[in-house]
Amino acid sequence: MLKTQARLESSKLMSWLSPLIAIVLTMLVSSIMFLALGINPTTAFKVFIIGPLSDSYNLGELMVKTTPLLLCATGLALCYKANIWNIGAEGQLLVGALVGSYFALQANDDSGYGWLAITLLAGAVAGMFWAAIPTLLHQLFHTNLILTTIMLNYIGLYLLLWGVHGPLIDPEGFGFPESAIFADALLLPTIMEDGRASISIVLAVVFAIGSGIILYRTLPGFQLRVFGSDQPAARYAGYSSKFIIWSVMLSAGALAGFAGVAEVTGPIGQLIPQVSPGYGYAAIIVAYLGRLNPFGIIFAAFFMGTLYMGSDLAQIELGMPTAITGLFQGILLFFLLACDFLIHYKIIWQPNKSNSQTAPVSTKQGAA
Amino acid sequence: MKQDNLLLSLWQVSKRYPGVVANDKVSLTLAKGEILALLGENGAGKSTLVKMIYGVVQADEGSLLWQGKEVVIRSPNMARSMGIGMVFQHFSVFETLSVQENIELSLDAGFVKDAATLRAKIIELSAAYELKVDPDRYVHNLSIGERQRLEILRCLIQNVKLLILDEPTSVLTPQEVAGLFKVLRTLASEGCSILFISHKLKEVTALCDRAVILRGGKVNGECVPANETPDSIARMMVGSEAVLSERYHKTIGSDELLVTRDLSVPPTNPFGTGLTKVNLSLHKGEILGIAGVAGNGQEDLLEALSGEDTRAEAGSILINGRKVAKLNAGERRLLGMSYVPADRLGQGAVPDMSLADNTLLTSARKGLVNRGLILPHKVVELAKSIIHRNDVKCHNAHAQAKSLSGGNLQKFIIGREVDQNPEVLICAHPTWGVDIGAASSIHRQLIELRDNGAAILVVSEDIDELFMISDRIAALYEGQLSHAVHTEQTNIEEVGKWIAGSFMNEDKPQEDVKHA
Repeated sequence: MLKTQARLESSKLMSWLSPLIAIVLTMLVSSIMFLALGINPTTAFKVFIIGPLSDSYNLGELMVKTTPLLLCATGLALCYKANIWNIGAEGQLLVGALVGSYFALQANDDSGYGWLAITLLAGAVAGMFWAAIPTLLHQLFHTNLILTTIMLNYIGLYLLLWGVHGPLIDPEGFGFPESAIFADALLLPTIMEDGRASISIVLAVVFAIGSGIILYRTLPGFQLRVFGSDQPAARYAGYSSKFIIWSVMLSAGALAGFAGVAEVTGPIGQLIPQVSPGYGYAAIIVAYLGRLNPFGIIFAAFFMGTLYMGSDLAQIELGMPTAITGLFQGILLFFLLACDFLIHYKIIWQPNKSNSQTAPVSTKQGAA
Repeated sequence: MKQDNLLLSLWQVSKRYPGVVANDKVSLTLAKGEILALLGENGAGKSTLVKMIYGVVQADEGSLLWQGKEVVIRSPNMARSMGIGMVFQHFSVFETLSVQENIELSLDAGFVKDAATLRAKIIELSAAYELKVDPDRYVHNLSIGERQRLEILRCLIQNVKLLILDEPTSVLTPQEVAGLFKVLRTLASEGCSILFISHKLKEVTALCDRAVILRGGKVNGECVPANETPDSIARMMVGSEAVLSERYHKTIGSDELLVTRDLSVPPTNPFGTGLTKVNLSLHKGEILGIAGVAGNGQEDLLEALSGEDTRAEAGSILINGRKVAKLNAGERRLLGMSYVPADRLGQGAVPDMSLADNTLLTSARKGLVNRGLILPHKVVELAKSIIHRNDVKCHNAHAQAKSLSGGNLQKFIIGREVDQNPEVLICAHPTWGVDIGAASSIHRQLIELRDNGAAILVVSEDIDELFMISDRIAALYEGQLSHAVHTEQTNIEEVGKWIAGSFMNEDKPQEDVKHA
């Protein structure tokens, strides 16, 4: 009989194997899904996994998808490591895009890269501000961060829609809900000949590595981890909970806000209603897939970016519905959470002893 | 042995948990009307053994005979219906219900006809055994002693044949202990068997007919306590090589280091006590012991002094004359304070982190961090030296804190705090749940720190321990502190009365004139 048994110590190996097992299981289950849709799973995976890596244009697009995921997930990982449930990366990203666009539209053809720097900074600060609202409410009134951050995602989205339909609309755009295209100086430099990938992917990787160093090599990072895994111990050691909560929330807000402004000044080049196809939510899965470790998150973000790219390609080449991305993400998260059980428990084979034991006892009892 | 007189016998019972054999072929017998002590250090397997008798867990091997018949006790419900009652160390009562409602809840349907019959039975039983509890009172208003009486009553009402008590005296004042023993003797004389789990040898000698000693999950000996000395029994519990209790010389401290002035804090929860005008003064080079039964404000006092709770008035706590009540625990550490908390795993140490990381938890100032960067080699080095010097049994410095036994973790935490050479050490329940060998090494550590000039405040529920190590002693009752006296000028009986609150009726005495 298979039995589960608590491990004496949590398994480090399993905490890294678990996402891999989850990916394999996700592929198995989605194969069934592909078969049901009448598509050969091998073809499907070729489009999904190999496709995004096949040529330099696709590779560039992969980086475009990866950048916001990586930025948001890094910030979220800091929050989740501190046991702070920030679900608001999406809203922070959108507000960052909105405010960044406002600044970008103030520029003219004579503006230099200084103005771009101000624009990027404005986006990051806007994201911070958007994260500061739920943090303040939490500090003052003990509101639930999960709820307030989710609610602010919607407020952020409608704020952006208002901006793009109203004050920021292109006066010469025939009423289309789009801003004017940003001046050239306000566009992030690209890193490849063809394609839209900009230096923001480099910055995102640098931020992730920096966060990893702070988290695992510095005292504030250590305090953050203690606070996240055991609050009474943090209080006992005298770590300031206020400082920790504010730092992680503001960092996450700044990173998400930067992700937003880097989208509009990068691959998009103007403000449009569809800045994000749910990057802020997918980043939650990325953060967990990367074990809340910024170094792991770099790989997880590229993997999730591949899925986004893959589903775009699947739409074009296989005529599959867009919902496929959401399905993939859902199945993946589901298996990931299930596999994490193995970090704290092991599965052992034990001959079914209790039955063989009770049988003779009951006969004895009957005889007595 | 007369078979028909046997109530319970265990034959070669074993129980294994991952990584540990809790019970290894344990055999014991219990006669009708006998009071049997189950002795052993923490982790010796006492709790597992009684859990098997009470049906909470099932044995892996071996068998259990109840009145001569082999049985498998599948659940506490089944145990109760057989006539086995148990009083746990942590009471399982509903605070918001009355005494009668609590008893009613534990009974099977149809056990009593109506509430009036039950009420009459409760009153009858509590009169017969002098277990004074009013059936209409709400449990949250009851003292710890009264709650225990309620638990015993709850067992008695079901015509119990075997009563198991897990460390019943650890929460009682010496006077309450005497009362409990009287009840237990009456019960035994009427034929009820009693299994008494304890590690307090004096009590076992005073009460029990026979004692079975467990060590490392095995039966290590059996004796008639009346024929033994506490020392000879202790040898059987810990083995011959361990150093047992020692006598430490008493000293008189010098300058005042930590002072509280009318320290008051409101309770943190509806059933808490808070603190009311606590005045204490802690001097350089002394150990001040705070006695008291659990739930009389110890937590509030510890949190207020350590800085985990900063609600007290700014001027009500002073370290070296400086007002510190608004400083958090980290800021107070900078002033030379160290703290050994009540809860080892989860407060004093982060369960999922390694011992090295747990060293860094409070010792970052000891050159382990350079401009915010952690120096991993230094951290591991310090962790290793703490592990080595305090004889902490663990895998290595990278073992998770949760993988250590309670006693070893406590040695580690005390070692870590003492290592910082604190001027003031606040120490909560230093040897609670720690085996005798480890306890005396912890005591020696504290005495050594005192002799080096530190001021130490020890909060403990173990009055014998306080008499052994403290130079002065005071009692905490319902959030109020008695005045402190020199340990040599008082005795356990007097402090025992203070613990029960008698000092509140006396005229407010002067705060220890000796030091003025």
